[in-house]
Amino acid sequence: MTGNAYLQMGLYFCVLMLLAKPLGVYMARVYEGRSSGLNRALGPVERLFYRICGINPDEEMSWKKYAGAVLLFSAAGFLFLYLLQRLQGMLPLNPQKFAGVPPDLAFNTAVSFITNTNWQSYGGETTLSYLTQMAGLGVQNFVSAASGMAVLVALIRGITRHSSETIGNYWVDLTRSTLYILIPLSLVYSLLLVSQGVVQTFSGYKTVQLAQTITYDKPKLDDKGSPVKDEKGNPVTEKAEMKEQVIPLGPAASQIAIKQLGTNGGGFFNANAAHPLENPTALSNFLEVLAILLIPAALCITFGRMVGDIRQGWALLSAMTIVLVTLMVLCTWSEQGGSPRFASFGVDQSANDLQPGGNMEGKEARFGIVNSAIWATATTAASNGSVNSMHDSYSPLGGLYPLLLIQLGEVIFGGVGSGLYGMLVMAIITVFLAGLMVGRTPEYLGKKIEMFEMKMAALVILIVNALVKVGTALGVATAAGVAGVANPGPHGFTEILYAFSSAANNNGSAFAGLSANTVFYNTALGIAMFIGRFWVIIPVLAIAGSLAKKKQVPASLGTLPTHTPLFIALLIGVILIVGALSFLPAWALGPLAEQVTAAR
Amino acid sequence: MSSKSKKRSLFDPAIIQKALKDSLAKLNPAHQIRNPVMFVVEAGSALTTLLFFHAVLTGKGEASPSFILQISLWLWITVLFANFAESMAEGRGKAQADSLRKTRREVLAKRLARPKPDAEVTKTASSQLKKGDIVLVEAGDVIPMDGEVVEGVATVNESAVTGESAPVIRESGGDRSAVTGGTTVLSDWLVVRITSNPGETFLDRMISMVEGAKRQKTPNEIALDILLAGMTIIFLLVCVTLLPYSFFSVKAAGQGTPVTITVLVALLVCLIPTTIGGLLSAIGIAGMDRMIQANVIALSGRAVEAAGDVDVLLLDKTGTITLGNRQATEFIPAQGVQVDALADAAQLASLADETPEGRSIVVLAKEKYGLRARDIHTMGATFVPFTAQTRMSGVDLDGREIRKGAADSVEQYVKKQGGTFPPEIRAIVDDIAKRGATPLVVTDKARVLGVIRLNDIVKGGIKERFAEMRRMGIKTIMITGDNPLTAAAVAAEAGVDDFLAEATPEAKLKLIREYQQGGRLVAMTGDGTNDAPALAQADVAVAMNTGTQAAKEAGNLVDLDSNPTKLIQIVEIGKQLLMTRGTLTTFSIANDVAKYFAILPAAFLSIYPALGALNIMGLKTPESAVLSAVIFNALIIIFLVPLALRGVKYRPLGASVILRNNALIYGVGGLIVPFIGIKLVDMLIAALHLV
Amino acid sequence: MVALIRTSLMLLLLFMILTGVLYPIAVTGIAHGVFPQQATGSIIVKNGKAVGSRLIGQQFDDPKYFWGRLSATSPYPYNGAASTGSNLGPTNPNLTAAAEGRIKALREAEPGNTSKIPVDLVTASGSGLDPHISPAAAEYQLHRVAMARGIDDAAVRALVAQHTQEKRLGIIGEPVVNVLALNIALDER
Repeated sequence: MTGNAYLQMGLYFCVLMLLAKPLGVYMARVYEGRSSGLNRALGPVERLFYRICGINPDEEMSWKKYAGAVLLFSAAGFLFLYLLQRLQGMLPLNPQKFAGVPPDLAFNTAVSFITNTNWQSYGGETTLSYLTQMAGLGVQNFVSAASGMAVLVALIRGITRHSSETIGNYWVDLTRSTLYILIPLSLVYSLLLVSQGVVQTFSGYKTVQLAQTITYDKPKLDDKGSPVKDEKGNPVTEKAEMKEQVIPLGPAASQIAIKQLGTNGGGFFNANAAHPLENPTALSNFLEVLAILLIPAALCITFGRMVGDIRQGWALLSAMTIVLVTLMVLCTWSEQGGSPRFASFGVDQSANDLQPGGNMEGKEARFGIVNSAIWATATTAASNGSVNSMHDSYSPLGGLYPLLLIQLGEVIFGGVGSGLYGMLVMAIITVFLAGLMVGRTPEYLGKKIEMFEMKMAALVILIVNALVKVGTALGVATAAGVAGVANPGPHGFTEILYAFSSAANNNGSAFAGLSANTVFYNTALGIAMFIGRFWVIIPVLAIAGSLAKKKQVPASLGTLPTHTPLFIALLIGVILIVGALSFLPAWALGPLAEQVTAAR
Repeated sequence: MSSKSKKRSLFDPAIIQKALKDSLAKLNPAHQIRNPVMFVVEAGSALTTLLFFHAVLTGKGEASPSFILQISLWLWITVLFANFAESMAEGRGKAQADSLRKTRREVLAKRLARPKPDAEVTKTASSQLKKGDIVLVEAGDVIPMDGEVVEGVATVNESAVTGESAPVIRESGGDRSAVTGGTTVLSDWLVVRITSNPGETFLDRMISMVEGAKRQKTPNEIALDILLAGMTIIFLLVCVTLLPYSFFSVKAAGQGTPVTITVLVALLVCLIPTTIGGLLSAIGIAGMDRMIQANVIALSGRAVEAAGDVDVLLLDKTGTITLGNRQATEFIPAQGVQVDALADAAQLASLADETPEGRSIVVLAKEKYGLRARDIHTMGATFVPFTAQTRMSGVDLDGREIRKGAADSVEQYVKKQGGTFPPEIRAIVDDIAKRGATPLVVTDKARVLGVIRLNDIVKGGIKERFAEMRRMGIKTIMITGDNPLTAAAVAAEAGVDDFLAEATPEAKLKLIREYQQGGRLVAMTGDGTNDAPALAQADVAVAMNTGTQAAKEAGNLVDLDSNPTKLIQIVEIGKQLLMTRGTLTTFSIANDVAKYFAILPAAFLSIYPALGALNIMGLKTPESAVLSAVIFNALIIIFLVPLALRGVKYRPLGASVILRNNALIYGVGGLIVPFIGIKLVDMLIAALHLV
Repeated sequence: MVALIRTSLMLLLLFMILTGVLYPIAVTGIAHGVFPQQATGSIIVKNGKAVGSRLIGQQFDDPKYFWGRLSATSPYPYNGAASTGSNLGPTNPNLTAAAEGRIKALREAEPGNTSKIPVDLVTASGSGLDPHISPAAAEYQLHRVAMARGIDDAAVRALVAQHTQEKRLGIIGEPVVNVLALNIALDER
């Protein structure tokens, strides 16, 4: 790795931390209902929303009601998004005249967006109308993120309140998250992105004249439009010429801003952030990858503020950062290593001032190795799932690190809100083990961790873990699952494993060679995404409700401090054990087998 | 049963023998299902046994029959080891119960028709007695059942229950009226009202408690169980899904054979937390056992665990923090009075005073002023005893009326005699009180002679104990009936964190509630009936065995030694219990890493031969690798039995230090140890050509 | 329950208007005002005709042009309407086959060039539309292009330099050469 690689990573984390602090403080003010600086402009809008919807902002909800509201709102979102896709052919703002989306794909995409996963079974520029992108995906980009933040805030309230039956009002948390945090940030971000060349327009795709005419082999189609095959089953091709190129356009910047900020990750275009119109320059790349971790990092500060001990927030943020930095360096190192086979062909894979070197397959020249690896690890640490390079083409170990970050349960930064509430569940488990080790009934931030909390925490871990394992088993054991595999050998196994890991953990990135736009994968992954999101939210809110009811235990010398390096180390240990340990056998059959075989 | 015999060695042959037998009986699945982790192991053992028979009978087994047999045997041994650990812990409790049971022999009780010693007597078997029956117990008789003395005073030998051979006084009324079934009256007689039905006596409860028959899982144990069950399910999924994964991989690689069921079962057993799962109930039983060894009977398992969580300790001043009695330390004469004269008068007033304070005055006068004790009767003096009305005692002699008592009482007395209470005496009195001592004013009729200073003597070493508690994060609060000034001074000398002066039962109760409201866990000791409400309210309530039945009923722990400082030891035992669970859980999980490195390369070697690179321990063959992991996994349970029974050592250090130490020893140690252990077992297997 | 459902639907509708309609319209309005060129695809117009986007690469295999990255879009390379990477795994034989194909083409186009080939010239980009190559890749092809066009290397090198974008702030990203812009500039010479 070059010195510049460390310099770029250092710069990235410096800017991230510098921005996280003020944003975190600002968000704490928003959630505590205090004046935040934007009240004058947005207060009337907020009150108008409440009036129209008949929301009493002072009404408090029990955890069950809160969970009910989350589920209902998501159900409404799902229904709407599904119908919008199915009916897009009859609706306006469809300059490319796309037909309605088939039912399995529409189901998958709808679940994908209400769960903040943004798994892309669809190809943006080939399937979805502008209306579907804006009023469907775009809206869920905002509200699914805001939902995650709301659930987090409810959990924080559970920790800070005592002897209380309620944990806040979901409608208020949802509205304030969107109005005061996501919209202002997205506005600023979209304009910054447009300045770099990200498109933002309502006009249709543009056709341009090619500088050099292309001749290519075009698959021959019969009258019905299906490919003609020869007697061996290979498709028949004919020579064809292409003189034009289509430049895809659309209202991309406004959507990309929120897809990055809200850890959504669903691309406007198929190639996601590798697409030059979605992420045109190194600077836009820096901004976009910064946006991935910005809110998750800042929420740690918000958490510290709200529990009245900023060190608690920094402790969690440190644990996240340590894991991410380690894997980021490992991933960069692995990718920079390049391919042993290419070396034998006389290909120059060294990194120097004139070229990035390394494993450039699936990576863009403007991002090189370093910015691709930074993005790959950041997007999988956070449950963003957008990509600026193709993970499927990573070296075996280089691809293992993003997979590992997903399998850790999306708690290393994780999704906006969801990452931190997952992290807090991990902290609860750590506190439980550590508490036993010091001879006391465990307590976290003054709340005793007892049977009920452990039951719910175990449920959170178990459900997602089981989804990944059983899903993958289903994928490798059925003909429909195996059919989607693009690469031979152990790599094919990794593709399926990655798909279910990504879906169940609501990440959304993929080893994209897997042909996932099939009834099997659309359905199975859709179910995984759904369970992985809501069957985690419910136990988390149950923990919030249970903690809120408890008394606050004052700290004493016998209390385990939860902001020390020792605790951070233990927390990382627990995350690794819970996330990594149970996946080791699967890695052995996937990336590890590929790595040792390739090294031979 | 002397208290010495309770320090049973860890490896009492009799207990081991019985435990070995019990561990076989415990193979019954109906028993194992209560422990999900070990149930999975047993199911795995059964499955591999079937595979072995299949391999032998059909000759087409998935692996060599000898390999399957050895795996299967070691899995059974794993279950047996866990059973053995539990049986060992139970055995130690049973031995205790047996010696208790011996005292509960059937006796013929003298049932009375009326609660009078001269009432008509019916001979009734003790097992026939019911609550409310009245019995007469005379010298040499065994008290048939728990009860309350309604008439009489007697010395009772309670060594059967307490192990303490010195006889104790039992009398009607007051705090010494409770008697325990199975104890023997040494002198005099008692009329006792039976307070419990057969099978519900204190002794019965103790027996069932130590036998673990009534042992219910404690909240923390259940929470841990949930975590362990969760991990077991996760690892079960790991192994179950590995089968389709390996089928796919065989196709993808175009070579090799899918992983065998035997290896999958072996992997499963190695991964699930068998170490802690196998030892969990033993740890719990052993915790109760340690309480018993400390001569404390836990009436609920929850109390043992809660003891480790105590934040606030309420301690009675007298007897716990200070020696039971105050002692005279100084005579301070009034103006114009010689100190010798004061000493003389004070000694005279105390000669017949048999209280420890009185005796200490006589001794001080003798030691400091050379005044020999005189016989009050030969001098023709009349002793005036202490009464609740006068609140003074003294002596009438040759027309002198010497009185000693609290300042207020003496002041009243002096005024009644027509004298005045000198202001300088008031000043001395106040000063003494401020310094935490007790002033007694001595007067001869209306002439105030001076003041005797009585000091509380703080027990040796108690300050260090309290400092220790503070480091453990436990707040100590002294409870006393003294005035706040006195209380503050003693509190400062003893080094407690806080005190409650002029404590009434209501004030105690209120204090406990306040602390509990603030989320703290409160422990206290008590013996009197008036302590009962506070004991009932406290989270950990240690009743003195010498205390009243009411106090014992209200407490959740009974200290047979009636030693109030025992509370500190109880807290340590509670913490030890939790720590042992926590550390062994950590150790158990940390072990998994090495086991992966042993089994995974072996399991997939035929599919991806390059995976042999993961065999970093250099284990001989795939079979020996799997077998060594399984053997290590079984052996570690038996190696850790002593630790489980003895408990992890607790040192009163801050939480962070303890955590760091334990995380290093059991976490990092748990990572490293199995690498070494598995390698050693593998070398042994290779040397013996087992596979 | 009914009240909750009503609130859900109403709130969703309001958010749809706000974030799904007003927000993108506002961004589009401002973007067109401030960055009209970037917002509409950074189109390069030559003689009144759109000849490409600065940000979207085009396929070149004529020796007189600089060649870009491999593109895995279908049915033809650099298909702007269907961005995609190759998604070939690191041990996939097709990956090596694609690289070998490109190596062969490069060697055939300039048999005298025996220097090592920069890796970005033999690998497919993530989008299939990568407009850039590394300066090393440009340098590798420079002599071939100069020969094919009958001009000297220095002139081409100067043009390459003109179309090279250095690291931002000297730190961020990689130095790149815009292939389409460079080739158009070559044609315009």
